[in-house]
Amino acid sequence: MPEKIKLALAQGATCSGCDIAILDLDVELLKLFEVADLTFAPLATDIKFKDVEAMADGEITICLYHGAVRNSENEHIARLLRKKSKIMVAYGICAAYGGIPGLANVTSKKKILDTVYEDTATTVNPDHTRPQTHHITEAGHELELPELFEEVKTLDDVVDVDYVICACPPTREMNVKLLNVILDFVNGKAPLPPKGVILASERTLCDECPREKPEKVVIEEIKSVDYTKLDPEKCFLEQGIICFGPATRAGCDAKCIVVNMPCRGCMGPTAAVLDHGGSMLSALASIIKVSGAETEIPEEEIAKFMEKLKDPLGTLYRFTLPKSLLKRVVKE
Amino acid sequence: MSEQFKPKILVFCCNWCSYAGADLAGIGRLQIKPYFRVIRTMCSARVDPEWILEAFRLGADGIIVAGCHPGDCHYIGGNYRTRRRMALLRSLLTQFGLDPQRLELAWVSAGEAPKFAATVNDFIDKVIELGPSPYRKEKTADATGSSKEAV
Amino acid sequence: MSYPKLEDEKYKVAEKVIKIAPATRLEGHAQISVFLDDNGEVEDTYFQVVELRGFEEFCKGRPIEEMPRITTRLCGVCPWPHHLASTKALDMAYNVQPTPAAKKLREAGYCAHMLHSHIAHIYALAVGPDFICGWAADPAERNIVGVINVVGPEIGKKVLVARAHAQLIQEIIGGKATHPIFGLPGGVSQSLSKENRKKIAEMADELLEFGKFTLQVVDDFILKNKTLVDVIVNKDLYYHETYYMGMVNDKNELNFYDGQIRIIDPAGNEFSRFGPENYLEDMAEHVVPWSYLKMPYLRKVGWHGFKDGPDSGIVRVAPLARLNVADKIPTPLAQAATDKFFEVLGGKPAHFTLAFHWARAIELMYAAERLKELIEDPEITSEKVRNIPTEKPTVGIGIIAAPRGTLMHHYECDDKGLIQKLNLLVASSINYPAMNLSMKKVAKAVIHKSEVSNGILNLLEMAFRAYDPCFSCSTHALPGQMPMRLNVFNSKKELVKTISR
Repeated sequence: MPEKIKLALAQGATCSGCDIAILDLDVELLKLFEVADLTFAPLATDIKFKDVEAMADGEITICLYHGAVRNSENEHIARLLRKKSKIMVAYGICAAYGGIPGLANVTSKKKILDTVYEDTATTVNPDHTRPQTHHITEAGHELELPELFEEVKTLDDVVDVDYVICACPPTREMNVKLLNVILDFVNGKAPLPPKGVILASERTLCDECPREKPEKVVIEEIKSVDYTKLDPEKCFLEQGIICFGPATRAGCDAKCIVVNMPCRGCMGPTAAVLDHGGSMLSALASIIKVSGAETEIPEEEIAKFMEKLKDPLGTLYRFTLPKSLLKRVVKE
Repeated sequence: MSEQFKPKILVFCCNWCSYAGADLAGIGRLQIKPYFRVIRTMCSARVDPEWILEAFRLGADGIIVAGCHPGDCHYIGGNYRTRRRMALLRSLLTQFGLDPQRLELAWVSAGEAPKFAATVNDFIDKVIELGPSPYRKEKTADATGSSKEAV
Repeated sequence: MSYPKLEDEKYKVAEKVIKIAPATRLEGHAQISVFLDDNGEVEDTYFQVVELRGFEEFCKGRPIEEMPRITTRLCGVCPWPHHLASTKALDMAYNVQPTPAAKKLREAGYCAHMLHSHIAHIYALAVGPDFICGWAADPAERNIVGVINVVGPEIGKKVLVARAHAQLIQEIIGGKATHPIFGLPGGVSQSLSKENRKKIAEMADELLEFGKFTLQVVDDFILKNKTLVDVIVNKDLYYHETYYMGMVNDKNELNFYDGQIRIIDPAGNEFSRFGPENYLEDMAEHVVPWSYLKMPYLRKVGWHGFKDGPDSGIVRVAPLARLNVADKIPTPLAQAATDKFFEVLGGKPAHFTLAFHWARAIELMYAAERLKELIEDPEITSEKVRNIPTEKPTVGIGIIAAPRGTLMHHYECDDKGLIQKLNLLVASSINYPAMNLSMKKVAKAVIHKSEVSNGILNLLEMAFRAYDPCFSCSTHALPGQMPMRLNVFNSKKELVKTISR
C-alpha cells in the first residue's frame, strides 16, 4: 500500500460551496480517505496555521484552494500553502476567475465601507466606528484584522497554479473524476495530467444542452426571466432570454437548463476566449434580429433595444470580472 | 487638458468603404492630426469587442469603428451587427467608468474623404478634452504586478 | 483508546495572549484571542471574524431579478435559505403570490436542504468530532475521518448516503443542491414530474429512518454519558439566559419556510413579533472595531455590551431558539423528541448552549417528517407552479428560518429594476454576540494559571461551534480605509492619551 498522500482544502474569500462539493463525494470519500490524509481544511479539520507553518516545504501533496484573493489573509494563506504543497489547484471559479466575490471590482473600498457600516437599514453607528486592521481595546488588548485589498484578485495573480478547476461549485461527477485522477496517480497507474485547466470540456454548454436548437437562433426581443413564461423545450436565446451557453464551458451537465433556468456562466469561458463578457456580448449582438427596414432604423433606436439587457457589466462578467480584460471599474 | 497630452487613438476601418475613404483622404492630402493608427479589417463586423476592451486595457484613449453606411455593406448585413455590438459595448464601457464618447461608431463611404478627416479630427479634439483614459494608470500598475514567489 | 476522549495533559503557556487561528470546524474565517493577566487568569476573550466580501455594496446596480442567483453565493453550505429569502423578497417586490404548488415545492426542497446542513454539522463538524471522538482527542483525528474510524464504516456509510439523498432531492427540485436556481417571483421555474416525485418519496422514507437514527445517536453517545450531560447542564459553563427568536406559523408552530418571527424574553414570555414589513422595528446592528462582522441586537432593548439577561439586547437564533419559541412542533416524532428535550433540560426556555446540538437533531427529525408530508401531498406534482408578475418591482423583504437562524433579505430597486439599496441580516451574525458571550464565559471557567491543553482550547471553540456558525453569510461586508483612534496605555494599562483622525 503506497504511503498516504496529504490533502489540503484552503479557503480564500469563499462561500465554502467548494468544501461542500468535496463532502458531496459521499461514499466515495471512503476511497479518498484510504489514500489521502486530510490535513489543513478549516471547515472539517482542526489543523491550525501554526501546524501548517511547521510542515516541511512540499509536505502537502495536493492543495485545493478555493475562493478569491480578497484580503491579506487570503494572500498569506495562498503563499503559505503554495510553499508547503507540491501541487496547487485553483479549485472553483472564484480561485480561477474571481467568481461572485469578484463583482466587488465594480465598486470601491470606500463605498463598501460607507454602505456596510453606516448606510444599511439596520446599522446603528453614531460613533462612525469601523473595523480596524489594528486596534487596542480600552482594556489594553491588542487585536488585528487582515487588510482589504483595493481589488479582488485570483489565485494565479499571487502564486503559481498547477491546475485549474472551474465551476461553481465543481459537480459530484467532476469530483469523482478528480478522485480517480488522484487514485491513479497514488497507485502509480497514470501520471498527472499536464498543467492547466482540467476536468473541463473544450466545447461550450450549447453542445451539452438537451434543448432543441434551431438552424439559426434569432432574438426578436430581449426579455426578462421574471415576466416571461419559460418554454422548457426551446433554446432560451430563441425565447429572448439571455443564456450564457454559447460562451461557457460545458461539463456541468446543464443542471440549470434542466430545471428550466438559463445559464449564467459559472463554468467560465473556454480556452479559446480572451474575455468572457466580451465574447458573450459579441455572440448576443450577432443573433439579434435584423429587420428588413434596417436602413430606416436610427442608431438611437438600436441603442434603446440593446438597453433591454440591463446591467451588461454585472451580467456579462457575473463570475469572471477580475480576470476580464479591464478587470475593474474606474473613474474618469 | 494640458497641451502635452497626446491621445492614443485606434481607428478600425472596413476594407471596402471606410478604409478606401481614409486612403482617399491621404491621397488628397487632407490634414488630420497624427494621434491615431488605422487597423483594417474586411468588414466592421469583424471587429471583435474583445479587441476594443484589450485596446482600452493597453491604454487607448479613444476608439473609432468605421464602416459602410447601413444598406451599403459589402457583405450585406455586417454593419447591422456592428452597430448592435457597439451599442451594447458602449453601455458596458460606461458601466466600467469610461466616458461613452470614447467609443465612436462612424459610417464613412469610399468616396467620403472629407468625412473621414472631419470624423477623426473631431474625435481627437473630443478625446483631448476628455483627457487620458483612466485605464492608462491601471496599465502601469498591471505591468509591475505582484511576484508569484512563495512566502 | 477509549472514546470519547475528554481529558488530556495540561501545559503552561508563557505568553499573555493565546491565539487560536483559524477557528476550525465552522464555515468562514475567524480567530480567537484570549488575554491572560499576570496570574494566568483570563481577562477577556475575543472571537474575531476576519473575512468580508461586500455583497451589500456590489449588488447595487444589479437587476433585482438576478438576486436569487447572486445571493446564493453568500454561502455554499446554506445557499437555499438565501435563494428562498431572495425569492420571497421578489414575491413582495413584484407584488405576486407564489402558487400553492410552488410554495410546497419550495418548502420540500428546503426541508431536504435543512437535512443536508444539519447532517453535515452534527456528524462531520461538531457532535461527531467533539462528542464521539471527544473534545480532547488528538486534533489529527478529531474530524470526519476520526468519526468514521470510531463509529465504523457501516454507520459512516449510512450518514454519507443519507446526506447524499438530501443533496439529490435538492438537485431534483432546485436544479443544484449547492446554489439552487429554481426560484422566481410568483413561483418556481419547473413543476415536479411524477417520476421524480416517486424518486424523492423513496429517499424521504430513508431520511425519516435516518432522523430516528440520529435521535438515537444523540441518546446513545451523549445523553447516556453522564460526564457529557454534566458539562451540558453546568450553568457555570455553556449557559446564558438570553432572548430567543424564531419563525413560527400562524398557530405558533415551528416552520422553516414561512411565518412570523416571534421573540421571547429570557423567562419565556412573548416579547415581540414581526414580519417582513416591520422587521426594522425590532432589529438593529452594532459595530465593533475588532471584527468585520456587525453585532445584531433587539432594538427595543438596546445594545448594552456582552451580557445576557432581560436588559441586554443580545438575542439567540437557530435550533435551540426555535424550539424555545415554538409552542409545538407540528410533526409527531419531532414533537415527542421535543417533549423529552424540555423534560431533561428542566423546562422552557432551555438556556444551555450545548443543547443546540440536540435541538439540531430534533430539527433534522422535523425536516424529514415535513419532507415526507409535502412529497405525499397530491398537489406537489401540479403543473401550476408560476404566477407571472405584471407589476414593476419596488421594495421586497424576505424572511426565512435558515439552519443557523433567522435570515432577512431586504431589497429596494429603482424604476429600471436595478438594486439601489440592499440589507442582509444574517443568522450567524445574529448569534455572533452570543458566541462572544459564550466564549468569554467558558474561557474564564476553563483556563487558570496559564494552563491549557489541546482539549481545553477545543472547549473554547466548542463555545461557538454549538451555534453552527456560517460567517461567509454574515460577512457580506467590506470595509476599507478606516478612521483611527489611538489609545496610549502606560505599563499599568491605564489610558493616558487618545489620538484620533
